[in-house]
Amino acid sequence: MTYTIDAEIRYTQDMDESQIVGFREIEHTADWELEVWAPTLPALLEQAARGMYALAGIELNETTREMRKIELHFVDVESLLVSFLSKLLYFGETQEIGFDSFLLVMKDDKLKAVLYGASIAKQTKEIKAVTYHNLKVVQTTDGFRTRIVFDV
Amino acid sequence: MVSLQDLTRISDYEWEIPRSFRQDMQVPVRIFATKRLLEKVMDDKSLEQAVNSATLPGLVGHVLVMPDMHQGYGFPIGGVAATRYPDGVISPGGIGYDINCGVRLLSSQISCDQAKPYLNDLASALNQFCPSGVGTKGSLRMNEKTLDQVCREGSRWALKEGYASEMDVRRTEESGCLDGADPTKVSAHAKERGRPQMGTLGAGNHFIEVDVVDQIFEAQAAQIMGLEEGNLVVQIHCGSRGFGHQICTDYVEEFQKAVRRYNIQLPDRELVCAPLSSPEGQSYLGAMRSAANYAFANRQVLAHNARLAFEQVFAGKVKNWHLSQVYDIAHNMGKIETHNIEGKPMKVCVHRKGATRAFGPGAPGLPPEYQVIGQPVLVPGSMGTASWVLVGTETSMQRSFGSTCHGAGRVMSRHKAKASVRGDKLRQDLEADGIHVRAGSNAGLAEEAPQAYKDVDAVVETVVGAQIARKVVRLRPVAVIKG
Repeated sequence: MTYTIDAEIRYTQDMDESQIVGFREIEHTADWELEVWAPTLPALLEQAARGMYALAGIELNETTREMRKIELHFVDVESLLVSFLSKLLYFGETQEIGFDSFLLVMKDDKLKAVLYGASIAKQTKEIKAVTYHNLKVVQTTDGFRTRIVFDV
Repeated sequence: MVSLQDLTRISDYEWEIPRSFRQDMQVPVRIFATKRLLEKVMDDKSLEQAVNSATLPGLVGHVLVMPDMHQGYGFPIGGVAATRYPDGVISPGGIGYDINCGVRLLSSQISCDQAKPYLNDLASALNQFCPSGVGTKGSLRMNEKTLDQVCREGSRWALKEGYASEMDVRRTEESGCLDGADPTKVSAHAKERGRPQMGTLGAGNHFIEVDVVDQIFEAQAAQIMGLEEGNLVVQIHCGSRGFGHQICTDYVEEFQKAVRRYNIQLPDRELVCAPLSSPEGQSYLGAMRSAANYAFANRQVLAHNARLAFEQVFAGKVKNWHLSQVYDIAHNMGKIETHNIEGKPMKVCVHRKGATRAFGPGAPGLPPEYQVIGQPVLVPGSMGTASWVLVGTETSMQRSFGSTCHGAGRVMSRHKAKASVRGDKLRQDLEADGIHVRAGSNAGLAEEAPQAYKDVDAVVETVVGAQIARKVVRLRPVAVIKG
């Protein structure tokens, strides 16, 4: 499957924001599964990050702001999604920071990201890893949609 | 989807999904379960995942599924798969992110009656000495050189540093150290995550539990293990923490390219693998063994700290407060072992994901005192319910690559458990049953509620019925410390 980066967003008048962009938890016997949808691939990455933070119960301090720049090479969108979220888990565990604002630019096989956030004030759940289990980013009429399983 | 009609009944405790079920299966799937336990998992994807696992190149015998199975990612939890060495493959997802997650059991000479007035203090002391919870760091600060030593030496590093006794090391699977660990194959990210976490329990379903030996089924085996009815024991359940999680993450990513290079077709990308003999396979083996040794050392440091907690609470109050190691076993691991395949010894890589090694009497590598009875198998139940000590059998060597179950196995999602169980009420109920609880959060407690798991007794009856383990003792919890 080929993906159109920054695909055109088709809005209809009766759409509310949650139809265009969002995430929700899906039942999974042992681990956590998240469904994510967004009009563009960068927006999908951002929603996946927000969804992952919500599952982990992460709250950020409102003190000093932090910024990190990352660059990721990818072979396909699914591997980018896993690498991006895994990088956020790494920042969370080693530097105890999370992000709430994302500047993401995808070009060819590269993602350049500037992440803005703060130190983690509270985290209720530990996410061990982001898995590839049945991972597929599908292009829909409204943008992109995927389901991600986390090992917890 | 796999349905009950697709299964062939072998016995009351054994079922098979034949190779003809799906064209890409390399071997059949063999399931150890009663019909009742099977019916419980038909709604999740355990069996579909087992069928997917049966497509790996170089598999031998059967892919096996234990009665505590539940849906995982890639492999089912409770899965065992053996591939030919060295021309078969190794799959990081078939071992799991928490490499060498496992259980340690320590015995004591303290009777529950003697301990009763101090159990609340004991729960607090264990909670204080054994750091747990999300993102917790330990009191040990390791530099990279020390971490590399831990990777190469596992429990032997702990012995040198004064955290272990010779008996602890001897009574640990593989004597607490897998040969062939190569820390140069571990990423800087993994080392950064691993350095501050030595001696920590983590969160989720990891725990320290104080139990009482409630019932003895095999007196001789119990005696050899030092387990006496009415006495306290301690279980420690945890693994390789962020170190192992990052190593598995790194290699699942790396192997996405390897499967293309080696032209391996798989039904799920989480099953990615590489030939054991390939540079990628060898690198993963070196890194995975490093994480396995880290986990052995981690449980050893936690055991040392549990001993300090026992000393603080019981010294001067009981005659002997010391904790002796019964055994330490892994239930997420990949090991090169020799098994009889179609009557001939063959070297294979056994992937156990949520399954315990259960070597029978006389198996190589067991400590001399366990040669007669077989390897101790530690099966923790859900919070507030019984746990079991079993031993491996001759049959487990013949039928399950020397493997058996690892726990109760989830039946309810964490989301549903939280919605149907109130953490504060559960805490009250456990305390009312005489179980002292220390937990990071009520929500976390609710996720691990007993209702979310299968009946561990039914799981144990199944492996005993299938003769892939024998019962030795049943344990009853009196204190639980959760992250």
